Amino acid sequence: MRSVSVIGVGMTKFGEHWDSSFREMVGEAGAKAVKDAGIEGRELQAIYGGCMASGRFIGQEHIGALIADQMGLNPIPSTRCEAACASGGVAFRQGFLSVASGAYDVVAVGGVEKMTDISTEDAALALGGAGDQEWELFNGATFPAIYALMARRHMLDYGTTEEQMAACAVKNHANATHNPYAQYRRAVTIEDVMNSGYIAEPLKLLDCSPITDGAAVAILCATEKARQFSSKPVEILASSQASDSLALADRKSLTGLSATRIAAEQAFKQAKLSPADIQVAEVHDCFTIAEVMAIEDLGFFKKGTGGKASADGETALNARVSVNTSGGLKACGHPVGATGVKQVVEACWQLRGEAEGRQAANVEHALTHNVGGSGATAVVHIFKRGD
Amino acid sequence: MFKGVGIVSYGVAVPRMRIKVSEIARVWGKDGEKVSKGLGVREKTVASFDEDSCTLAVEASRVALRNQDASRIGAVFVGSESKPYAVKPTASIVAEAIGASPELTGGDLEFACKAGTASMQACLAMVASDMVEYGLAIGSDTAQGRPGDALEFSAGSGAAAVLIGRNPVAEFIDTYSYTTDTPDFWRRQHAEFPRHAGRFTGEPAYFKHVVSAGKGLLAKTATTPEDYDYAVFHQPNGKFPLQAAKLLGFPEEKVKQGLLTPLIGNTYSAAAMIGFASVLDVAEPGQKIFMVSYGSGAGSDAFAFEVKDGIKEARPEESVLALAEKDKVYVDYAVYAKHRRKLKTL
Repeated sequence: MRSVSVIGVGMTKFGEHWDSSFREMVGEAGAKAVKDAGIEGRELQAIYGGCMASGRFIGQEHIGALIADQMGLNPIPSTRCEAACASGGVAFRQGFLSVASGAYDVVAVGGVEKMTDISTEDAALALGGAGDQEWELFNGATFPAIYALMARRHMLDYGTTEEQMAACAVKNHANATHNPYAQYRRAVTIEDVMNSGYIAEPLKLLDCSPITDGAAVAILCATEKARQFSSKPVEILASSQASDSLALADRKSLTGLSATRIAAEQAFKQAKLSPADIQVAEVHDCFTIAEVMAIEDLGFFKKGTGGKASADGETALNARVSVNTSGGLKACGHPVGATGVKQVVEACWQLRGEAEGRQAANVEHALTHNVGGSGATAVVHIFKRGD
Repeated sequence: MFKGVGIVSYGVAVPRMRIKVSEIARVWGKDGEKVSKGLGVREKTVASFDEDSCTLAVEASRVALRNQDASRIGAVFVGSESKPYAVKPTASIVAEAIGASPELTGGDLEFACKAGTASMQACLAMVASDMVEYGLAIGSDTAQGRPGDALEFSAGSGAAAVLIGRNPVAEFIDTYSYTTDTPDFWRRQHAEFPRHAGRFTGEPAYFKHVVSAGKGLLAKTATTPEDYDYAVFHQPNGKFPLQAAKLLGFPEEKVKQGLLTPLIGNTYSAAAMIGFASVLDVAEPGQKIFMVSYGSGAGSDAFAFEVKDGIKEARPEESVLALAEKDKVYVDYAVYAKHRRKLKTL
């Protein structure tokens, strides 16, 4: 396989876009990414679009073709990728594989979700489809409940506390205050999180990522040709993906995601790096407990110490590893299909030194970690700064 | 344009029964203190079995007309979204009850929570054009909230009536309206309870229209928030009006007197008008009042008033704030459910 680089990125602001439709957001993020890459639309050979549940959210399927049409890119092939909240990460990986294999030289990868057109209850049901419909959702287990079970077990096994989990939200909100694309650009305190009301004990409102509209796009190019277009390509050192059972009950452990662990091991092996080589990590914090488990499963911290590490500030900007400089899913927002690509956008900005106000120091390598459901899909990518 | 036309007298009516937000929260397994704090509403009025938006409208009108000759009223408009009859005007019942009929026109208006202020505009125009000598504008509602819905914590009952004519105690300086097709809250034909679009009811609905109408009126009258002594906003909860005031540049102390929702809940078509009445209870001649209503669907009416001599004599015996605290009877959810006809086998 040949090396692949990201030559351009773009995204919409994440938030409640009452006045923008699905296709308008796709167009905005796509145009920004194409401009950033310094290419023209006709140079794109294929599109991979991540989207979890447009059918449930806006009644629209067949969005592969819709994206191509909206971006004025007919007749190139355009394919939708769905892996629940990891749809964006999986789409990015498909784009990567298509260029790495030599099938294409330049492709666009998008992620998009328009979630606010329906009620919160309907959105929660749509998101519940990321779990096991037959064994979980049908019996009333929505996602906050599923992650609450994992949090309880983590608390029981490792002494993780609600305050430690709250620290993830506090840190991510602090980062988001410096991100003009973030949904919530306001700081919160541990007290705010602790007083925010239970959604599913022990998870409170401010432990949970929000319902968000948004789109993000990345342009991928064979590294050997990247310099033709871009002076700042970001090389993809690793791309890995692993699967696990949809239902939590079928897993061996509730306190970590096996798919994340396996994808991370493979990614570090591909990149010939270790967790200590990563300066910036965008991890999948759909709930604060998810970030605690992610930083353990990815190998940044020993299993069981993620809560304490978070509370001790070891994941803050320029600490041991800068986690979720964008604000993460928690504060930057979580348009489910777009999140995996947004993580790549943030990683590229960090590696290019363009993350104003939240730029980590001396970023050589960045990692993105995107999870589908409660861990049935995990996608990990590692990026290297262009020289 | 409206020189010499304004509010001649006013009256307010609220039911005696109250239910605390914490009691509703208890039934639905929510933290009452948090809900109450979050909404800025402590308790709400509860209309009893034998009260409806018509009886409340009559009660408020009688207070407004205690020293007035009802037969000189040429128009009665009732703004409400909880009409006892789908077809059959509340306005005619009110007109008859207060002794204003038969030589008058009028009708029922519906524009979610702003039909009361739309009624004020209709009366203003008719009086200013000398079509009628006096017009009676009423906002009255016994608001519905589906059991368990967020609306249930705030949907209250109440009415306000203002008599509009010449030689006013609060003169209209000007009015400005802002309306778009924005479906944030609705109740379809034959549906018992309204539906709403959650958080969409905030920023793109309430705030967009209230702030746009407020700014429009400030521009039209070439005034600034500093020119006004009081500001009243539609008050679906205790928080929104304060945020809207902030966005327009009105300090909190100018809003407090006209903010009744924390005590009586959201009285829908009556909400802004009751707040306005509470301001008239204390405002001095020469002082200016800024008011913006909001109705889902959606639109806002903004008004600027100047208080005139004679305001003191025009005040009802009981102030709105006194009325809000008077003879209160607290009920639990079961009694509330009975009176609000939420027990379907009754």
